[in-house]
Amino acid sequence: MPNMNPKKNPMPTQAPEVRAHNFEEVATGYTEEMALDEAMRCLNCKNMPCVTGCPVNVRIPEFIGKIRECDFEGAYQVISQSSSLPAVCGRVCPQETQCEAKCVRRIRGEPVGIGRLERFVADWHNAHAEEEPDRPESNGHSVAVVGSGPSGLTCAGDLARLGYQVTVFEALHTAGGVLVYGIPEFRLPKAIVRQEVEHLEALGVRMMTNIVIGKTLTVDELFDQGFEAVFIGSGAGLPNFMNIPGESLKGVYSANEFLTRSNLMKAYREDPVTPIMKGGTVAVVGGGNVAMDAARTALRLGAEKVYIVYRRSLEELPARKEEVEHAMEEGIEFLLLNNPVEVLGYENKEDPRDPKNGFVRGLRCIRIELGEPDERGRRRPVPVPGSEFELAVDTVVMAIGTSPNPLIKSTTQGLEVNRRGGIVVEENTGATSRKGVFAGGDAVTGAATVISAMGAGKVAAKAIHAYLQEA
Amino acid sequence: MTKGRDDTVYPIKAKQALNPTVTRMEIYAPLVAAKAQPGQFVILRVDEEGERIPLTVAGYDRDQGTVTIIFQIVGATTLALNQRNVGDCIQDFVGPLGLATETEGLQNVCIVGGGVGCAIALPIAQKLRAQGCRVTSIIGFRSKELLILEDEFRVASDSVYVMNDDGSYGEKGNVCVPLNRLLENGERFDQVITIGPLIMMKFVVEAVRPYGLPCTVSMNPIMIDGTGMCGGCRLTLHQNGENVTRFACVDGPDFNGYEVDFDEAISRGAMYRDFERHAYDAACNLLNKEAALDA
Repeated sequence: MPNMNPKKNPMPTQAPEVRAHNFEEVATGYTEEMALDEAMRCLNCKNMPCVTGCPVNVRIPEFIGKIRECDFEGAYQVISQSSSLPAVCGRVCPQETQCEAKCVRRIRGEPVGIGRLERFVADWHNAHAEEEPDRPESNGHSVAVVGSGPSGLTCAGDLARLGYQVTVFEALHTAGGVLVYGIPEFRLPKAIVRQEVEHLEALGVRMMTNIVIGKTLTVDELFDQGFEAVFIGSGAGLPNFMNIPGESLKGVYSANEFLTRSNLMKAYREDPVTPIMKGGTVAVVGGGNVAMDAARTALRLGAEKVYIVYRRSLEELPARKEEVEHAMEEGIEFLLLNNPVEVLGYENKEDPRDPKNGFVRGLRCIRIELGEPDERGRRRPVPVPGSEFELAVDTVVMAIGTSPNPLIKSTTQGLEVNRRGGIVVEENTGATSRKGVFAGGDAVTGAATVISAMGAGKVAAKAIHAYLQEA
Repeated sequence: MTKGRDDTVYPIKAKQALNPTVTRMEIYAPLVAAKAQPGQFVILRVDEEGERIPLTVAGYDRDQGTVTIIFQIVGATTLALNQRNVGDCIQDFVGPLGLATETEGLQNVCIVGGGVGCAIALPIAQKLRAQGCRVTSIIGFRSKELLILEDEFRVASDSVYVMNDDGSYGEKGNVCVPLNRLLENGERFDQVITIGPLIMMKFVVEAVRPYGLPCTVSMNPIMIDGTGMCGGCRLTLHQNGENVTRFACVDGPDFNGYEVDFDEAISRGAMYRDFERHAYDAACNLLNKEAALDA
């Protein structure tokens, strides 16, 4: 008999007032009992709507079935056939708009906690599995993967399992891409990313850090070195700013910079070697996952007050629901339907040597009303004349998206990009305008989710396999 | 094939103190050495826990696979770097980043370097000289003890003016003194290229402005990744009456000096001044303690 409780087993978390002051993971994960109980809520539908909601088509009812049999390792094996990074996805996927959105249980209650179960299974495996995975037999072909973020790692993993000799090139000093520099420790512990990377290395994938493709080596040189195909998963590099006055004042960060300083460079530590502005009042501009990450990081760095400034309403907030809830519980104040028009700086006219000169003192915002829907169906934000007001803040973090990095485009002849700088690919294969060059993830789409990047990496791996088997 | 994570080592092949606070090192990094051009930079981390700092390429040997860096000991990281010796390795060394200095077609160039900026100016002078350009070098230092690379500049230039603040060597005064004199006497360079402290570059631009000669400045702002990702290195250019944001790491480090908002760059450069002073003092104290224990 399935468990007909309309509610999911709640995810155990650190209490908001405790976790707001530490960088430990917020959600602590299901126990075996909770996982079994939750697994019993799955109706094991024949047509498996949840699977169609998953960008990498994890065979969800099958792995949940293994959980019901208490075969947790078996459940892991099912997931790992479709996903290279289960412990990551279980934590950062927006399940509410993907697998869980399609769950039949949603008709009368909450969907099955698929993400929580995936995380449970992956964590169980990582805690218990001892054997290294078998290294697949080499098929003699080598492929270069540019970027070690979610799309690159997925593509590398899938190709390695097919016997390809895969080399991943990473520009930073640590593999993981956005999973390391972007997503904070309290949402995705770095030890988990490291474990996933080591898992790929055990499959024979070579990780090359400190190599910027487009600078240290070009795509053409990778072919000269003997790689037969190249996957570009270099991510969305350049941070967007609003182009309002005052964005160059001291104390204005892009979310990329703010999060990189804290996550990758460990500026959150007591006596860090890389500086970051801590404490005071912080305004984060934007409403996506990155904005939530930046706001909650600021809080943990010791801010007395953190605002999210977002120009639409709660309904349109693009961040993962759980992150918004967690942020609210932690005391972050949401200033919805507001848009910044100017960053205000401190200027002591009497003393040009005043050390506070040039630092942020506030953010001038204007209230917004939602007008007619735009072409994407989202209601257009319209400023309310005369509604401007000043918010006193010390730090402003701009989390309003990124644009694709031009380094590869500018050094790879014949690589077609669109108006916004995204690499143009065939949707079903990830093939670019250059023969043997494939691409996926934010380098193609602009800022999107971890799982959609993984889906693209997967599609490209399949296409690269087909391409090299034909060749 | 390529060096990567499992075998990443960037050994120090040579080390030389150019003056009490400036050190020259050659680092073995063949992939970087193969591509480096004057004007480009690298980012390095001294150890696993270190911060990422940008340093402009001061030279390279493609055959030996080495890249030369010249750095002033100004903070905790450069202090730690200076503790390393020949045979030691540094943790990370990535590049070459940024765009190379534009030298094509130039026939008469004035190079104006200040302090450790001269280390970056030298390879540009050498490259210009090698392509048959007439090179006038003006190099400025606070005092005689801080003078570096004079002989190298003499070899790479048609004429050299050594300036210092206290008159302890060469001519007393700042780099603008001979520059103004040359310009007043009718010297018309194709290009003035200046590298050094922001305030010095600002004054060089102002000295050249009345003559309308092209003037390139080399910016070295605070940065983390060096690939355009963090935006921390952004600066404002005034172009045709509009303010444009540019990232020094991918759009620079060279910019048209007339367009750069120097006051903003100077302000942004001081963002972490208190932090840096604290970190440097802490590192010095640690060193002193170790020295005391050794003694």
